[in-house]
Amino acid sequence: MRAFVNRNARSVEEAVALAREATLAGRSVAFAAGGSDLLQLMKDHIPSRAEAGEPDVLVNLKGIAGLDRIESAGDGTLRIGGLVTLSALVGNALVRERFTALAEAAETVATPQIRNVGTVAGNVAQRPWCWYFRNGFPCFKAGGDRCFSAGGENQLHAIFGGGPSYIVHPSDLAPALVALGARFRVAGPERERVVSGGDFFVLPRQDALRENVLADADVLIGVDVPAPAAGTRSAYHKVMDREAWTHALASAAVVMVMDGDVCRSASIVLGGVAPIPWRVPEAEALLAGERVTAELAREVGTAAVAGARPLAKNAYKVPLTRRVVERTVLALAARA
Amino acid sequence: MEGRQRNGVAPVGTVPSEEPEAGPGASDLTRRDFLGGSTAALVAAGVAPSVGHDATAPTVVQQAVPAAPRTAIRLTVNGVEHAFEVEDRWTLNEFLRDHLMLTGTKLGCERGECGACTVLVDGSPVYSCSTLAVWMDGKSIRTVEGLERDGRVSALQQAFIEHNAPQCGFCTPGQLMAATALLERNARPTADEVRRALVGNLCRCSNYNAIVEAVLAASGSAASTGGGE
Ligand SMILES: Cc1cc2nc3c(=O)[nH]c(=O)nc-3n(C[C@@H](O)[C@@H](O)[C@H](O)COP(=O)(O)OP(=O)(O)OC[C@H]3O[C@@H](n4cnc5c(N)ncnc54)[C@H](O)[C@@H]3O)c2cc1C
Ligand code: FES
Ligand code: FES
Repeated sequence: MRAFVNRNARSVEEAVALAREATLAGRSVAFAAGGSDLLQLMKDHIPSRAEAGEPDVLVNLKGIAGLDRIESAGDGTLRIGGLVTLSALVGNALVRERFTALAEAAETVATPQIRNVGTVAGNVAQRPWCWYFRNGFPCFKAGGDRCFSAGGENQLHAIFGGGPSYIVHPSDLAPALVALGARFRVAGPERERVVSGGDFFVLPRQDALRENVLADADVLIGVDVPAPAAGTRSAYHKVMDREAWTHALASAAVVMVMDGDVCRSASIVLGGVAPIPWRVPEAEALLAGERVTAELAREVGTAAVAGARPLAKNAYKVPLTRRVVERTVLALAARA
Repeated sequence: MEGRQRNGVAPVGTVPSEEPEAGPGASDLTRRDFLGGSTAALVAAGVAPSVGHDATAPTVVQQAVPAAPRTAIRLTVNGVEHAFEVEDRWTLNEFLRDHLMLTGTKLGCERGECGACTVLVDGSPVYSCSTLAVWMDGKSIRTVEGLERDGRVSALQQAFIEHNAPQCGFCTPGQLMAATALLERNARPTADEVRRALVGNLCRCSNYNAIVEAVLAASGSAASTGGGE
């Protein structure tokens, strides 16, 4: 790796200040949580931020006290610190019980070794794993002016929301968090702000260089997940090209509020198929107020992919996604 | 990648292809001492790589590079305390292998995709290639060298030997560390729990069934035969 300075931040304020200080001094900076994504980029000399290039300064967040906690607020909101590891999330009984999709999503991430260091914030903010970007092609995501997948090897790329870049958002937690209505807590040089899941992730047509609203000195301090309404159940289903240790070809986070066998409301968010966690409102609407039958689940699956625009080599993702949604909805309705 | 680049400029052509004879009267230099020593000497003498280089290409003159930032850390490795000034950019793997000379921990992919570099950090398995030494300040690291007690291998290591769990052996230190962590958490895992705990450790020789068997045997679990489930 290129030489850089590691600075240990002891507080969020210090982390923001260190990042700003470095930026003002003309040095590029990156926040480091578990490092499981960041270090791979640095070893390959790939910019961890499109505009900034390789980091001269790493601001290590791991020493910030209190950001590694999972707490339940008075109103039942689940407050997850940005430094909570994926292993801690998987092992948390409350998360498993009440926010099941999130625990299931965390469990599908990579391997125990990566879950032991990988954090919630790092998972959500990880850079794309498009093979062009990760192999040093000067694409949008690296600050370039092109997407090589558009006319190239796009087997793993987006079928929704693509253009001008066709990356898929790599995070497994993101679809689950968005489906559960999570809000993202961000600290920056200004005041702390709270951003909804719908606003946190950014489509390439809004800004091709980045995947979310985090600016250079913004720290994602955590996520708040509202208390689920009575009768809520949720699940995350992920399909990979092998059994483990890789990102989703397609995945679905499904949250349903059930009243007996009638679904009051649902939210369905897809992973692995779009540059952001991809919500499918038409499919959700079909479930509202209905008894969940095999027939209905099939229609929901079909509605979920109605807007798909596959590229030359990823049309397989359309039926795959349809079936992922169908089976997850059906399995969830049957879950006690 | 730094490791790769270093391998790339190592004077491969000058490394002897034969191992030193270990016959009677031969020095008791090990292969590792020999290779390590000779490579270091060549690097120190500034031997330039010649293999595959175009003679007409301009000579690359090594610029005086400003020293890479360093940080003093304290950590425990296999129960021994160390105070060390590490370069901020060293991975934990680099620190263990190249600076503490604990070469039992392997380096395979150097990108979180094989598991050969697995060590325990405060009891949890972690890829040493994918974390920094400077982040280990105050932590306790265990490597494969720390598994034996009083010159005796651990029960798990013994089970690996008895069940032929290592073939080429390259993945073995990582498998051992991941399995050690599992058994410390769950003394009697099922075969499925073993597989789940070892999912982050590839075995290129594909000796998975024997590895699972060995872990089950070490756990004292009855179901230690038969690979599949
Ligand atoms: C082989 C392999 C397989 C993987 N498989 C999966 C998978 O199946 N599913 C999946 O979801 N992920 C996968 N990953 C990605 C894995 O890195 C993430 O899951 C992990 O959670 C990242 O967390 P981290 O703390 O290590 O992030 P880091 O590497 O520390 O950071 C990642 C990025 O986020 C930024 N960042 C980190 N924390 C903050 C913060 N608090 N505020 C602002 N920015 C921040 C960093 O600057 C960096 O750009 C895989 C990675 C590897 C190497
Ligand atoms: S060398 Fe670390 S995972 Fe392969
Ligand atoms: S024994 Fe050869 S890689 Fe596992």
